[in-house]
Amino acid sequence: MKRTLISMAVAALAAVSSGANAADPSAVKIGFITDMSGLYADIDGQGGLEAIKMAVADFGGNVLGKKIEIVSADHQNKADIAASKTREWIDQDGVSVIFGGTNSGTALATSKVAAEKKRIYINNGAGTSALTNEQCTPYTIHYTYDTVALANGSAKGMMDKGLKTWYFLTADYAFGYALEKDATNVINATGGKVLGTSKHPLNASDFSSYLLQAQASKAQVLGLANAGGDTINSVKAANEFGITKTMKIAGLLVFISDVHAIGIQNAQGLLATEAWYWDQNDQTRQFAKRYFEKMKRMPTMVQAGNYSSTMTYLNAVKAAGTNDSDKVMQQMRKVKINDMFTKNGYIRKDGTMVHDMYLYEVKTPSEVESPWKYYKLVATVPGEKAFAPEAYSKCMNK
Amino acid sequence: MEIFGLSSSALLSQLLLGLVNGSFYAILSLGLAVIFGLLNVINFSHGAMFMLGAIVTWMAGQYFGINYWVMLLLAPIIVGLIGIVIERLLLRHLYQLDHLYGLLLTFGLTLFIEGVLRSIYGASGLSYSAPQALSGATDLGFMILPNYRAWVVASSLTVCFATWYVIEKTSIGAYLRAGTENPKLVQAFGVNFPLMTTLTYGFGVALAAFSGVLAAPIIQVSPLMGSNLIIIVFAVVVIGGMGSIMGSIVTGLGLGLVEGLTKVFYPEASSTVVFAIMVIVLLFRPAGLFGREK
Repeated sequence: MKRTLISMAVAALAAVSSGANAADPSAVKIGFITDMSGLYADIDGQGGLEAIKMAVADFGGNVLGKKIEIVSADHQNKADIAASKTREWIDQDGVSVIFGGTNSGTALATSKVAAEKKRIYINNGAGTSALTNEQCTPYTIHYTYDTVALANGSAKGMMDKGLKTWYFLTADYAFGYALEKDATNVINATGGKVLGTSKHPLNASDFSSYLLQAQASKAQVLGLANAGGDTINSVKAANEFGITKTMKIAGLLVFISDVHAIGIQNAQGLLATEAWYWDQNDQTRQFAKRYFEKMKRMPTMVQAGNYSSTMTYLNAVKAAGTNDSDKVMQQMRKVKINDMFTKNGYIRKDGTMVHDMYLYEVKTPSEVESPWKYYKLVATVPGEKAFAPEAYSKCMNK
Repeated sequence: MEIFGLSSSALLSQLLLGLVNGSFYAILSLGLAVIFGLLNVINFSHGAMFMLGAIVTWMAGQYFGINYWVMLLLAPIIVGLIGIVIERLLLRHLYQLDHLYGLLLTFGLTLFIEGVLRSIYGASGLSYSAPQALSGATDLGFMILPNYRAWVVASSLTVCFATWYVIEKTSIGAYLRAGTENPKLVQAFGVNFPLMTTLTYGFGVALAAFSGVLAAPIIQVSPLMGSNLIIIVFAVVVIGGMGSIMGSIVTGLGLGLVEGLTKVFYPEASSTVVFAIMVIVLLFRPAGLFGREK
């Protein structure tokens, strides 16, 4: 027993010390923290890290005459891990920017720590619009999408089809709440009605019970205010229980990786709001091809956003001639973002990166010519319409 | 008729769904109980074995075109053999040591197996369809029940009670039970005890794989599917009483029902209700509902 305790203590110490190299002034350090192993790992995860590496390599590997270094960590969807890792990176490793991935709970925690230490925090993959509203900071950028943009895509898309009554299946944490709230705003504003909600724990595997409650509500639309593995299992069970015959499913946040995992047979007809799709144009296809060669799967919008935001940051550091957070933020707000990710995107005062969003519908099995070509475009939502108007932002430091 | 503001048909359908989940809990906790009973090993890799059962089934279909029915038999055998190798090569050396070592070893194995498969197949998993004969659904009047779910309940209950019968009512079972009480004495009667432990571990693991095959068409086949379930199953085993065969079956089904009801009345608590019950049971009956204090 004693020996066990000692060996466990040694292992714990080794785990702690491995990440903590002293700050190296000869390098510019980028920190990347996301879900690397859980239900959101395919949306961002290792693929997101690869996208950042690609951006750094494309940038040339150096900035301000210093080498660009990347450190990464798995927050395991736990806000406390995200916060303490961020603190460690900034205090001990001298990381100058943190890129954060999926999970709103961890994103809010990281954003807070980064702002307290005056470091830039760029998020791709967390949904909650609180990042640019109640909990915004002068150093936080919300890049790929937020829950308002998702609601303005999928929820509005359903309302336009004349489907007005909703039942929500909501992931029981910050992201699910934000998505449900923002979608409800859209629904109420356009004459629809929410008939009920079931909140399920994050990473649930059995959705049948919630689905029966949804069906009993007689709503026309089943709104999925969840993501990743939870969305996949919800859609699967909805097909099994024949819910899809009586209700239309609106996945408020569906990724191409989810569609791939669900299988086209069960996913067909789903609406998906995306900031980016690999098969949009030559530029996106070119990036996707390079990415595919490395990861053997097509990039999601989050992974593409990681690439684009890393480039945006590095370009700003170069133009500002320093990695001082205030000056780099100022520089980033000045420029228009034009790359394979978006055209004429810009970063607002509240931290929102405003850019066009796209509403896609998943094709039927007979329409899919080759794997990963799953979407057909329904509508393009211009940036100004997709994201909440700046005047409504609850951000304090405007 | 209404009960607590819910129509009786809605209540009935939720109970039925709880029973489906309960069947998974029952068969998984049964495997754990058998292993703990004889080997005194807390098999933390049980969830990984459940997942392997599902993934092997998917692989066989994908790469070799072997159908569900064959895999229902074949997957438990394959995974059972993997279990036997693990027992022979690794676990065997830990029997003389504290429980903690077996737990750490099997936990490490879980991380390893899940990590390898995650790097190959990703976290969002793979889709496996129910066999043709069981697809479709039956209208029970109060709900539409997918035929496959009915099959899950029927087949896992059959396997559970067959296992119970073998252990409690046959001579092989008698040796097993004797071995749990006093392995030395059993060996003195000429029983090959090491072989018996190996086969028992293989059998317990095969049970997990069997339920993995059952789960494949219902939940996304993913490297993480076992770890989502295993913690609840451990709670089931503790509530039922470590090592108690009947206890784990009854508790598994019962907790499935309780969880099902929680999902209706207060869904937020559905992931914690099992643990709340565990705390209460441990306070009043430390050996579990069906366990005997030693």
